[in-house]
Amino acid sequence: MAEKQKMIKVYLTGELFEVPEGSTIMMALEYAGFQLKQGVGCREGYCGACATVYREKGDYKLKGGLACQTVVSEGMAITQIPSVPAEKPIYDLNDLTPDVGTFTKLFPSVFRCVSCNSCTKACPQDIEVMDYIQAIIRGDLAKAADISFDCIRCGLCAMRCPAEIVQYNNATLARRLYGKYLAKKSPELEKRLEEIKSGKYDKEIKELKEMPHDELSKIYYKREIKIS
Amino acid sequence: MAQIIKLKDKNTDFLEKITELSGEQITLCEQCGTCSAGCPFVSEMDINPSQIMRLVMLGQESVMDSKTMWLCASCFTCTVRCPRKLDLSKVSEALRQVKLRGAIDEIDIKEISDEEALKLPTIAVVGSFRKFTG
Amino acid sequence: MKIPYFPGCTLKTTAQNFEMSAIESAKKIGIEFIELPRWNCCGVVASLTSDDLMRHLAPVRNFLRVQEMNKQGLVENENRLLTLCSMCYNTLSLSNLRMKNDADDLQKINDFMHKEEENYDGNIEVVHFLSILEEMGFDKLAQKITKPLKDLKVASYYGCMLLRPKEVGIDDAEAPTILENFVKSLKAETVDWDAGSRCCGSYHTVNNVEIVYTLVKGIILDARKNGAEAIITSCPLCAFNLDVRQSEIKKDNPDFQTIPIFYFTQLMGIALGLNKEALGLEFNKIDAEDILKKKKLIK
Repeated sequence: MAEKQKMIKVYLTGELFEVPEGSTIMMALEYAGFQLKQGVGCREGYCGACATVYREKGDYKLKGGLACQTVVSEGMAITQIPSVPAEKPIYDLNDLTPDVGTFTKLFPSVFRCVSCNSCTKACPQDIEVMDYIQAIIRGDLAKAADISFDCIRCGLCAMRCPAEIVQYNNATLARRLYGKYLAKKSPELEKRLEEIKSGKYDKEIKELKEMPHDELSKIYYKREIKIS
Repeated sequence: MAQIIKLKDKNTDFLEKITELSGEQITLCEQCGTCSAGCPFVSEMDINPSQIMRLVMLGQESVMDSKTMWLCASCFTCTVRCPRKLDLSKVSEALRQVKLRGAIDEIDIKEISDEEALKLPTIAVVGSFRKFTG
Repeated sequence: MKIPYFPGCTLKTTAQNFEMSAIESAKKIGIEFIELPRWNCCGVVASLTSDDLMRHLAPVRNFLRVQEMNKQGLVENENRLLTLCSMCYNTLSLSNLRMKNDADDLQKINDFMHKEEENYDGNIEVVHFLSILEEMGFDKLAQKITKPLKDLKVASYYGCMLLRPKEVGIDDAEAPTILENFVKSLKAETVDWDAGSRCCGSYHTVNNVEIVYTLVKGIILDARKNGAEAIITSCPLCAFNLDVRQSEIKKDNPDFQTIPIFYFTQLMGIALGLNKEALGLEFNKIDAEDILKKKKLIK
């Protein structure tokens, strides 16, 4: 007989369940019978859809993590945050300037930051969120873009912020402004964009689009990745 | 011009709350009026600073409807002149906080025009939001 | 002398010319500003309620950075934190005072910032550049002047945050002289006037610009009445209100007589013989070059 799976007790949205030790929060939720329609995505820690807050037994700290990456522990209390209500202004990047005034216009709430660092503490990607918000406040968009690069927009920073800032949307704008106006132009990229515009790859893209899933998957995993 | 103010029953809780939040012993005010005389914003105020002190002392919560506390820019002119060494800037801050802590902002931060947004220095924006939003 | 330096948000954005002129002027007299490698906005205005500790976090984090700079050897045994902006000076100083006076509050703040590597020990001193100059001696500064600002009548505008409240003021709250002494050391003429420490309207400029117009008009009229040809300030918010808002007043009232507004280090830079490029005078809204050309101080 197979060795018996050790079970541990966890609280899922306030209710007690027994789940297998070593499960991720996501596995625990599904084991307990929750059908995940929201708050789930790639299951590999990339997409940021499964933001979760939890407390470990005996610890006062409220922690944030991705359900697909965080392993449950005995007595853990867990609540998923399937979506974060966020301030998201519509803008046309072509009309904007890469400076602090653009943020005063589109995201004035960023100036309410009190440097409490709650955002950084909540970030499952270990990004120094407060530092990029501060970089935005002092108009250093290159730095903000650099620090926030690994953001997967899970929204936990915004949920914890006492100043009600939506950090990740600020970061997205900072990276867009940086990419469009501040980053050093790459001649290779310009060339490739021209090629795309001129239709050089149209045939290839059409083929890929029409390809059956199995075949596409095969090509995908066989692709060459050059790391130079 | 004489002004008739109808007083309501004294709300001691209100006086205590403002005393605690500001850390200032409001009842020490002797109504000399030095604060009002030197206030750079007094001409815009509906109730002048020394009257605010008196009304708070009398537990009159109606001061919350006055615009005086919002006009106070914490310039500390009254603070350095008060013969009783009371810090009225702290009293104004306490009054503002009573409202702001109820999650009611005094200004709409989205109301800054595009033209002003590009012109205003960060120092003004941060300062304003600290004083006018909760 | 190397000293940890806190620039604040505005000297890094809309008032870069103020910072540039200050850094270059300081170099001329042997002071090197070492910017905190990592810093956050001080919050501009001090939190004044008895129970609100949250808003003191920002200042204290910056004090931690000074401690770290000493450990990293970026500065040697230097517990002072230098500021140029009057509002940064005031806000950082008031928070620091509270931390020094209230051990419980300091403990709470340190406990809250558990992600920081060390605790704030309460030993940092916030200083304004003007105080550093005063300590060095305005006579010494006067000796280093290569281009005396002869005949230029300069009104010293302190505003609020350099002087009040008394606990953190860099000079007497009612009868300050430090800026006048500074002006004299540049060989310019001081102006005796009333509005030097009257509020400019501060952050009301965001949502109640009419008040700022009224106050700025009063300040400019008083300066004009007393013969001022230029006004200096150390606060980028005062500078914005006096300069940019004054230009708007002028636009609506063509007869209004304007006065150019200088950041104190812009005039210092001229007197120390800095290149015009280091002063950024072209970014001042009210023409700042005209009067200097008339006095043959710049070409």
